[in-house]
This record gives sequence, C-alpha cells and structure tokens, in this order.
Amino acid sequence: MEGNRENVQIIEKRPGMKKKEKTDKKRSLEDEQEDQLIDFNKKPVNKDEDDEDLSDSEDSIYSGLEDSGSDSEEDEEEGSDDDGGDVDDNAEDQSLEAEVKKIEEEEEESEEKEVKREDEYQHDSSDEEDIRNTVGNIPMEWYKDFPHIGYDLDGKKIYKPIRNKDELDEFLDKMENPDYWRTVHDKMTASDIVLSDEQVDLVNRLQRGQFGDVNFNEYEPTVEFFSKDVMIHPVTNRPAHKRSFIPSLTEKEKVSKLVHAIKMGWIKPRRVEDDSKGRYYDLWASEDSSISAKHKMHLPAPKIPLPGHEESYNPPPEYLFTEEEQSLWDQQDPIDRKLTFIPKKFDSLRQVPAFSRFIHERFERCLDLYLCPRQRKMRVNVNAEDLIPKLPKPKDLQPFPTTQSLVYRGHSGLVRSISVSPSGQWLASGSDDGSVRLWEVCTSRCMKTIQVGGSVKSIAWNPNSSVCLLAVAVNSEVLILSPALADRQVVSSSERLLAAPQEEGPSEESDTAVWSEAEGEELNQGIRLKIQHPKPVHQVTWHAKGNYLASVMPDHSSHLQVFVHQVSRRRSQNPFRKSKGLVQCVSFHPIRPYFFVATQRSVRIYNLVKQEMTKKLQANSKWISSIAIHSGGDHVICGSYDCRLSWFDLDLSTKPYKMLRHHKKAVRSVAYHKGYPLFASASDDGSVIVCHGTVYNDLLQNPLIVPVKVLRGHAITHNLGVLDVTFHPTQPWVFSSGADATIRLFT
Amino acid sequence: MGGLPKKKFERGSATNYITRNRARKKLMLSLPDFRRLCILKGIYPHEPKHKKKVNKGSTAPRTFYLLKDIRFLLHEPIVSKFREYKIFVRKLKRAYGKTEWSDVERLKDNKPTYKLDHIVKERYPTFIDALRDIDDALCMCFLFSTFARTGKCHVQTIQLCRRLTVEWMNYVVASRALRKVFLSIKGIYYQAEVMGQLITWLVPYQFSHDHPTDVDYRVMATFTELYTTLLGFVNFRLYHSLNLVYPPKLDSKAESELKEEHEDDYAMNSESYLEKLSALSSSLARVVSTDEEEEAKLDEFPAEGEDMEQMEAIEKEQKQLETQKKLFEGLKFFLNREVPRESLAFTIRCFGGRVSWDKSVCIGSTYDMTDETITHQIVDRPNVDKQYINRDYIQPQWVYDCVNAKILLPVEDYFLGVTLPPHLSPFVEEKEGDYVPPEKLKIMALQRGEKPAQEQWHDDDEDEEDEEDEDEEEEEDNDDDEEEAEEENLKQMEEQRSQGKSLQVKVTPGKVKADNPARLKEEEMAEEKRLAIMMMKKKEKYLYDKIMFGKKRKIREANKLAAKRKAHDDAEKGKKKKARK
Repeated sequence: MEGNRENVQIIEKRPGMKKKEKTDKKRSLEDEQEDQLIDFNKKPVNKDEDDEDLSDSEDSIYSGLEDSGSDSEEDEEEGSDDDGGDVDDNAEDQSLEAEVKKIEEEEEESEEKEVKREDEYQHDSSDEEDIRNTVGNIPMEWYKDFPHIGYDLDGKKIYKPIRNKDELDEFLDKMENPDYWRTVHDKMTASDIVLSDEQVDLVNRLQRGQFGDVNFNEYEPTVEFFSKDVMIHPVTNRPAHKRSFIPSLTEKEKVSKLVHAIKMGWIKPRRVEDDSKGRYYDLWASEDSSISAKHKMHLPAPKIPLPGHEESYNPPPEYLFTEEEQSLWDQQDPIDRKLTFIPKKFDSLRQVPAFSRFIHERFERCLDLYLCPRQRKMRVNVNAEDLIPKLPKPKDLQPFPTTQSLVYRGHSGLVRSISVSPSGQWLASGSDDGSVRLWEVCTSRCMKTIQVGGSVKSIAWNPNSSVCLLAVAVNSEVLILSPALADRQVVSSSERLLAAPQEEGPSEESDTAVWSEAEGEELNQGIRLKIQHPKPVHQVTWHAKGNYLASVMPDHSSHLQVFVHQVSRRRSQNPFRKSKGLVQCVSFHPIRPYFFVATQRSVRIYNLVKQEMTKKLQANSKWISSIAIHSGGDHVICGSYDCRLSWFDLDLSTKPYKMLRHHKKAVRSVAYHKGYPLFASASDDGSVIVCHGTVYNDLLQNPLIVPVKVLRGHAITHNLGVLDVTFHPTQPWVFSSGADATIRLFT
Repeated sequence: MGGLPKKKFERGSATNYITRNRARKKLMLSLPDFRRLCILKGIYPHEPKHKKKVNKGSTAPRTFYLLKDIRFLLHEPIVSKFREYKIFVRKLKRAYGKTEWSDVERLKDNKPTYKLDHIVKERYPTFIDALRDIDDALCMCFLFSTFARTGKCHVQTIQLCRRLTVEWMNYVVASRALRKVFLSIKGIYYQAEVMGQLITWLVPYQFSHDHPTDVDYRVMATFTELYTTLLGFVNFRLYHSLNLVYPPKLDSKAESELKEEHEDDYAMNSESYLEKLSALSSSLARVVSTDEEEEAKLDEFPAEGEDMEQMEAIEKEQKQLETQKKLFEGLKFFLNREVPRESLAFTIRCFGGRVSWDKSVCIGSTYDMTDETITHQIVDRPNVDKQYINRDYIQPQWVYDCVNAKILLPVEDYFLGVTLPPHLSPFVEEKEGDYVPPEKLKIMALQRGEKPAQEQWHDDDEDEEDEEDEDEEEEEDNDDDEEEAEEENLKQMEEQRSQGKSLQVKVTPGKVKADNPARLKEEEMAEEKRLAIMMMKKKEKYLYDKIMFGKKRKIREANKLAAKRKAHDDAEKGKKKKARK
C-alpha cells in the first residue's frame, strides 16, 4: 500500500521532468522505458479493484518492453495526458528511431529514393505511420516472394510498387536525382523517403558523435554531488530497485486479508462521530416504577456532617485552641482527633489561604463512598430515665433502718464479729484486741469486758432464749461463756446445761476436740468451757435449739474442717470424711435438720438425719465470704469477696435467683432479719446496704428484692470497712462492726 | 432417616455475602475495572452482622459484598464495554509496538466509549432521589472545575465541570434557592433548597492546588465521570422546571448590554459565552417569557385546632422565606477587585441584589464604580483612597452574615478597618444545654426585632448576657452534681452526728434545724433514683451509664467553652482598662 502511494507521488512529479529529457535523443529510449515503468506503476492504482489481472499485465508489459509497437501504444496513452506539443515530439522520436538505422544502411548503398509526403512529418503522428503496415517488426525478407509487403488496417494487402527498380534504374537515379543522397528506402512500405535538411543535419551530428539536439549545452556548470553542505537527500542517486516497483506479494496478501476482514465485519469502518455523550435530556421524563427501588439491604451513604463554628475563618475566640489543646492535638493520632483541622482566625477574608488538605478530604470521601463497608447501626433512642426500673418506693416498704443512732466505742482493735442476744437486750462483740465486750443495746453501755487472750474471730449468742450462753472462737479454742446477763433462772439453766458430764470419747486422737473446764480467773470472767481444736477456728455458729454448736477450721488439704459439738453431752464429731474444698462458713437450718457448708465456690446442703448431701448451690462467684439463711429456711443469701451478693431460692434452682452487685468492694458479711423482710450486706467499701426482700408463701411468686437504704458511717481503715453485720432479733435495727473499732446501730 | 447431614456455611448469611476477590472472579474483571464498576453502579461493601459465620469460620479481615449486588452487576452492559476497552488497549499496544501507524489511527478512531445515562436512571429512579445525592456531585464538580488544565485529568472533564457548575449556579440564582453561606477555612459552604431538598456544597477558595501525591486521581476521575452525567441531567430538568432554556442562554436584552467593544480581551470566542454566563451578572433567557413570577400562594383550607396552628406556622415560615429571598432587593453593590468576585456575585444575585465590578476584573460588569446609585461597596483592604459619601464601604463578611441572619445587619460592625465580629456557622442548631456563643444570641435578638442598646452600653449588655448564660449553665451543673452534693451532705451530717455522740456524754442544748421540705424531698427522690439504678440489669445499666456519660460530656464541653469565653472577655476587658489608664 505504501509503495503504491510513493509511486503515485513520483508520477505526479514526472511529467515536468520529461519535457526536458525528451530533447536528448540518446536517452530517448531510456526515457521511454522509464515512462513505461511509470505507466505500469500507475496501473495498480487504476486497477485497484481486480488484483487478479495483475499478473497478466505484468507479462504483457515485460514482453512489450522491446516491442516498439506496444511501446508506442503506451506512449500514446501517456501522450494523451500531456499537451499537444508533446505528442508531436513523441511521434518524431518514434520515426527517427527507425530511420536512423535505415539511413546508415542506405548511405552505404547510396541509393536514391523518391521523396514523398514530406509535409507528413509535420503533422502526422507515429500512429498513422504505423498503421500503414500491420505486419509488425519482422524481417521483410519473408515477403520477398509475395506481391505485397503487408496489410493495412483494413486487412487489405499493400502491394509492392509495380516496377521494381533494377540496378540500372538505381544508377540512373543516382546520377540524375540530386536528392538521391538523402533518399532512404523504407522496407516496410517499400517506398523511398527523402530526408529533410534537418534530418540530414541530425544524422550528421550523430555520426560525428555529437548530441542530437542543437540547443543542448554540453558544457553546463556541474552540480557538485559532494559538497560541504549537509543534504537532506542521500548522495547516491541510485535508482529505486526494481523490486520496489513490483507489487509485493505480502502486500497483496495483506490487502486481501483486509478486504476479507471488512467483508466479515471484523474491521469496522470509521465510526461516525457520536456527540450524544455530552448531550442531556429529560432523563426522568417518565418516572415509572418499573425500575424497582433498591433492595431492602440498601444503605444510602450518610451525608458529610455540616461544619460548626470552629470551622469558620473568623470563629468566636472560645473555639480557638489553647496551647494545651494544641499540643494535645499534635500528639494525638490523626484518627483519634476530634477535629481534623486546627481552628484559625483571620482578620479579613483576603488573608484566608487555600486549605491544603482539600483534595485529600474529597478523596477520602470518595473512598468512603465506594470502599467503606456499610452496616446498619441501630441507635438506641431511649430516654435514660425510662431505663430505670420501676420499683416500689422505699417509703412504702418501711420499716427499715434509716439513720445511725448509736455508736458503741470501746474496742481498740477491729471488731471482727458481733452477736445480739435472743432477747435483743445485749450485744456481744469480739475484737482483734483480744477482748469480748458485752453492751447494752439501748444505752450503748459496755456492761462487761472479758479478756480472752487472743483475737476473737467469731462470736455467737446462743439462740435459745432459755439459756444465756456465748460461743467465742479464739485462736484454736472455742470458749463457751456464761455472761450472766439474764434472770437467775436462765443463768441457772445455762449452768446446768454446761455442767453435764463429759462423755468419754472413743479414743484420744490428735484430730479431735478436747473439752476442758475453765478455772480460776477465767472462771470468774464467765468462761465455762474450752474446746481445744487441732487448728485455728474461724467461725462458730449455734443450732436454733441451742444444744449444738458448729465450728469451722478452714484448711485446704484436710477433711477435718468442721466440727459439730453437742454442748449438753460435751461431745464433738467431724461429720465429713472427705474434703470438698476450703470451707468458708457453715450454718444450721433454722427449722429442719439441714446443715449448710459454704466452700469457696459453692454451698452444699447436707441432711443431717439421712447423712447425705441434698443440694449443691452454685454461687457464680469466685470466693464466698459468708452465708445467711432466711428464717423460713427456703432462701439463702451468699456474700462473696468479688463484691456480689447472690440470693438463692432453694425451691427454684441451684443457681442464684438474683445477683446483686451493689457494693464496690468485697462483701464481708450478710444477714437476714428474723421477723421483717429485710436483709443487709456489709462491705469493705464502708457501707451497709439494707434491702427489702419479701418472700411469698406462694411458690409461683418470686421474691421481691428492693434496696431500701445505703447506710454509711464506718471509716475505712487498712482497706477494711464493715466487717460484720447483724439484725436486732425483734426490731428493724441493724448493727454493724467495722475496722475502725466501732460498732454502730442503725435504726 | 435423618437425611443428609447439614453442611456448615451452605445456608443462611454465609450464602448472602461474597468476598471481594470472589466477586471479581465471578465478574471476570481486573481490580481497577471492578473498582470502576462499583463506583459507577454505587455498589459498596457490607459489614455482615456475624462476620465469622459469613467468613466460614475464619476471622481474617475481608471485605464482603452482597451476593445480590454482584449478581446485579453481572447483567450490566458496561461490563462488556470494559472488556472491549481492554481489548482495544491491547490492540493499540500491539499496533504501537509494530509501528503500524495507520492501524493506530484506525483503532483510535474506533475507541470504545460508553454512556452512563442508564446507570444514572437506575441509581436514581426519581428526580428527587437524584437531588438527594447531588451534594457529593456538586462538591466534586466544583473542585474539578478549579483544577488547572494540566495533567491531572482530561481537559474536557475540567471544562465540562466548569460548565455544569456555572449552569448550577445560574439555576440557583434564577430560582433564588440559596439559604445559607458559610466561610470556613476549607472553602465556602453553600446551602440551597431545591425542590424541598437541602443541598449543601463546598467550593474551595480560588487558588491553584498543590496536588498531593498520595491521592489516586483515577478514582476521583471515575466519580467525576458519573457526577458530571448526573449533574447534567439534573441541570436539564431544573432548567426546564423554571422554563429556562437549556443549555442556558443569556437574556437577549442582557446579551446586547454585555456586548462591549473589548470583550475579546477576556477570552477566546468559544469560551467567552461561558465566561459571560459565569459572570452571573445577567438573567437567563426563558422559554416562555414572563415578566413576574406568579407566587404560588397556599390555598386556604378550613382547619381546626392543631392544624390551624400548624398552618399558621407554615404560613409564617413562608412569609419569612419570601422576605429572605428579597433580602438585597434594591441594593446596588460594587465589588472591589480584591474580594472573591464569583462567590459574592453569586450570593448577592441569589437574594435579588444588583452587582457589578471593575471592567478589568471580569467580563460582564454592568455599571462603573462612579455610579452614584451604588449603595454598598465591598472592600477588603484597610482603607480606600477616594470614598463616595452616599455609599457604605463594608467588608465582604457583611453579605454572608446578612444572608445567614436573614436580616440586614447593621453595617457599623463591618466598616473598613474595623475588627470584624466572629463569623458563625449557620448550620449549627443549638439544642437545650448546648453552648451558644454570645454573638449568636445577639443576632437572635436582632431577628426578634429587639433594638440593640446604645453603643456605650453595648459592651456591658453583652457582659450581662454572658453572665446570665453562665449562671444558667452553672445551674445546670448543679442539677447534675446534685446527687453527689447530697451524698456529701448526708455524709457530713452523719459524721457530725456520730462524732457528736462519741465525744462526750454531755447534753448540749439542741438547735432547731431549719429543714427545707423541698430540699428534703429532692434528696429523697435522688436517693430513690440511686437505689433504683442499683437494681438495673447489667445490660441496661451499661446503656444508662453510656447515655449519662454522653450527657455529662456534652455539659462539660459547653462549660469549657463558656469558661474559655469568659477568660477571653476578662482579658480583653483588662486590656481595655489598661489602655484607658
């Protein structure tokens, strides 16, 4: 394809050049050849449509190169393109060519011929000359024996002249005809031609080896090929290779491929310019609902939040950063910053610079739009007040202790344990200072102080109102005291209980409790009995009847952690064979023969009659500190060191019915009121929380638990607050003992 | 009997979601193409509720798309266009590699293109949907229209963005839809109400951009491609809703006025029309020429009770809106060359004012500075050489503040060289308990029609107001701290009592303690509440705490702002006093 184009260009140039070169007779043949080639080159352009013909034309052209006849034909074609003058030139050239040969022959023979139709040369074209005889370029000897020498255009014979010249005629002609020397015999037509002066001149010049054209200047100034100037064209003016004029096969193949591709629609014609892209129309002209709305999972992107005062170019002064805020902003991670920019104040609008992160922010918005996973977050739109549960008013749940009314002072160490006498008149307290004090409840007067020679871990008043006894745990001993703070009758009955003879134990083993009677000074103080334990005792508790006493010696490894003592028979026994964990505290069921043992995580309930475990309560806390049993016996509360208080409904489940996390610190002690629906918990945070806990006889109705009062009063010393809490047996009063060595009564 | 055992992750939410890579494979697209498709079609990842279930038990961080969305993408005709484009690029590369220039040319002529019309229609089935989402489109187009025509994106895109934004601004002017303007440090926020939708957009200040390197402009360009299409259609519809010619043409009257001898100085012929449009100084040609817009009046319906009140409120609002629309009517502004011309011309024209500027600043100025009828000249320099007596020389903030306050504010605060009052955001709507800057209170008072006191008393007034504010806030504080205070009181009382008891056994004559019954009742209530809070369930308690925390924080912030303000004012006062001495 490209070759073609080049050739076309060449052709366009050629005609101009041709005129110059035509004058040169020597080159005329060459010229013609060139023209020929050019013409051929032209052909493919014309014949672009049918490639098939190419090969034929090739052949014909090559064969015709030598053929003057076809040559002239081609010339003719070209000539027609050119102007008239050119045509004449060509004709001349043609005839001359043939004639030059003949002149040479004839001059040797020196024959004279008739001059005919001289003027023909002026306006006749080679065309007409040629058509006189159509035999072509053949040796004319072949027609020697015929009367004719060929055929004219109409196919009629051209006859030889009637009278052939013989030698004599020739001679005579030579002698008589002055033009004989310039007469040439034309074999083709068998006629004589008289050359004109110009022609003779030309022949002479050629014979002399000069240029045919008179006007040709042989000595024109030379054009230097090699000069100092840098040329844009190559120096060698080598003519283009023949190959470049032959239509290449690969190109042909390519073209055919292209044609095929276009036919098959693989190559698309140049697209019509579509300008409908930037054209807008009423897109929503028909707002039909056929395009259904987005599926229900669609979440529209949230809009960019609108700017506040701080973004203003001239914000109120309070929105500008102080130095601290500035430094904080600098230190913060870009993600944590509340504002993405630093508020600035400009005095006038012309001073406001460009915002450097503008493109960033736009880009981030783009990223958010297409890259950020969206999720529907339900924003809880509730009024905070509505969340607070509706509880009965504490006022309606009275009576309960509300104010601190008495403080019992006297101890010098922290008061570990307190206990109220069943009559509610006396209060016993045991402290780390090694003393047990007995107080009158109403007056806060200390009636008695008993030195027991060791810190008192636990103290318990005998719940039986017909006796007046006190159990005190000191070190590894449990002391039974008779404080003698009651009627004589009661005192004597308690003395009688203690005076019962000791039963002989089966064996004197090291891990049994040893009963002994107090003597001397101790007896004067009121100590009656001593029960020596193998390990330090942490807790003592009485059975409701007042005859049995349980003591706890926490020891992780041993099964010997709990003793049950019978006071009337001075007998002790260890009810458990196996250790189930560290025992924290124990308690008797108020009515039925059950025994509660609280270990670290759980509370086990044993049936003392059947001697088996009936229930195991899971407290859901890490470390139980204390338990209390409701007077009905169906409910248990458990305080734990991890601030919780769990309420068990034994009929309901072994899991807590309710977990209360009211305290901020470890719960040390819990207590039920005997008569009123109240319970209290004491904690290291220095507060006693009194809750109302109604228990219904109806099994279907769950207990109602309402906190009614937070009682504060104890000072926190050594990170310990309230250590023990207990209710008054009849009044809605609560006693608490704390690490600040006081006992307080809240009424 | 039991049938085949159920396999995990073959039902439920695991089948509703698809990871990004799998989606890409399903669509057979490269990542950039997938990204473009998602942008154009508005597909975004979803965060599943139970990520582990969806992720088939793994907790690896993955992005999930809804399977439905991806299936929806499968039928998109644009996907095939993307593939065609890919092939086109491949062919082009090959042609380049083989230096077959004719092929290159032919291929370039046949470059595959696509249109986004159907996507716009699909994403926004109704016109209102489109309006709702036009915010981002406007922001983006305004940004792109300020880009220099070098490198970052196609010149055609920039030109198109410019054209569309100019059309938009002209529409807003014609419909007088602008409501609020805010000069922030980022740019200028405008809020317009178009067909009942509040549309906010941000225009950067007219500076050349410092193009960041860590921004992917391809993503932005893809968004812009969609947004220009959307904005074009929206503009078309809006223009037709106002009977304006689209593409916009200037009023023939205005056009002839604008024809000036040296208009060739400004721009090429092809661009000068757009420039004239963007000058915003003349009105647009209408399809049906109407002299005055007929005001759509609310029909009066017989209404009772609450409806009546509502109707009245609506009517009042309508009236206010009408007055706001004619805020600058009758005023004649002249812009000095140092003020942001486009923003001010846009704002003033939106509210009916007439505006002009120096001829050499921009095409389309309508009158000269020497015009005697000019009422306001907007100047942003410390002083002006030659001042005309019959006009106010004000700073540009006055225009914006007036728009936001919906009234003409006193010009005294905005004179040349005067320290400007703070420029407040009109987008902040203070709720109860929020901090309200005193300037806002002042403006609100002006809106109510209260005349500000004389200049001399002015400062004091302000102070008083401040103090009142603070008092209020303090009261609020008290409310919140009440609980703690009560508790402390109780504690003290109890302590006093207990100590009193323990010190001596001595009876001292008691004093009658005047107990405030209201106070006692309050205390009781507070305690009740505290006890009830103790009994809350864990979940509710957590929520309650969170809410209360939020409330407290809000109050804290408001208090902090108030304190800062007070400190600032005190410092100012101190300075003043010193200056006086």
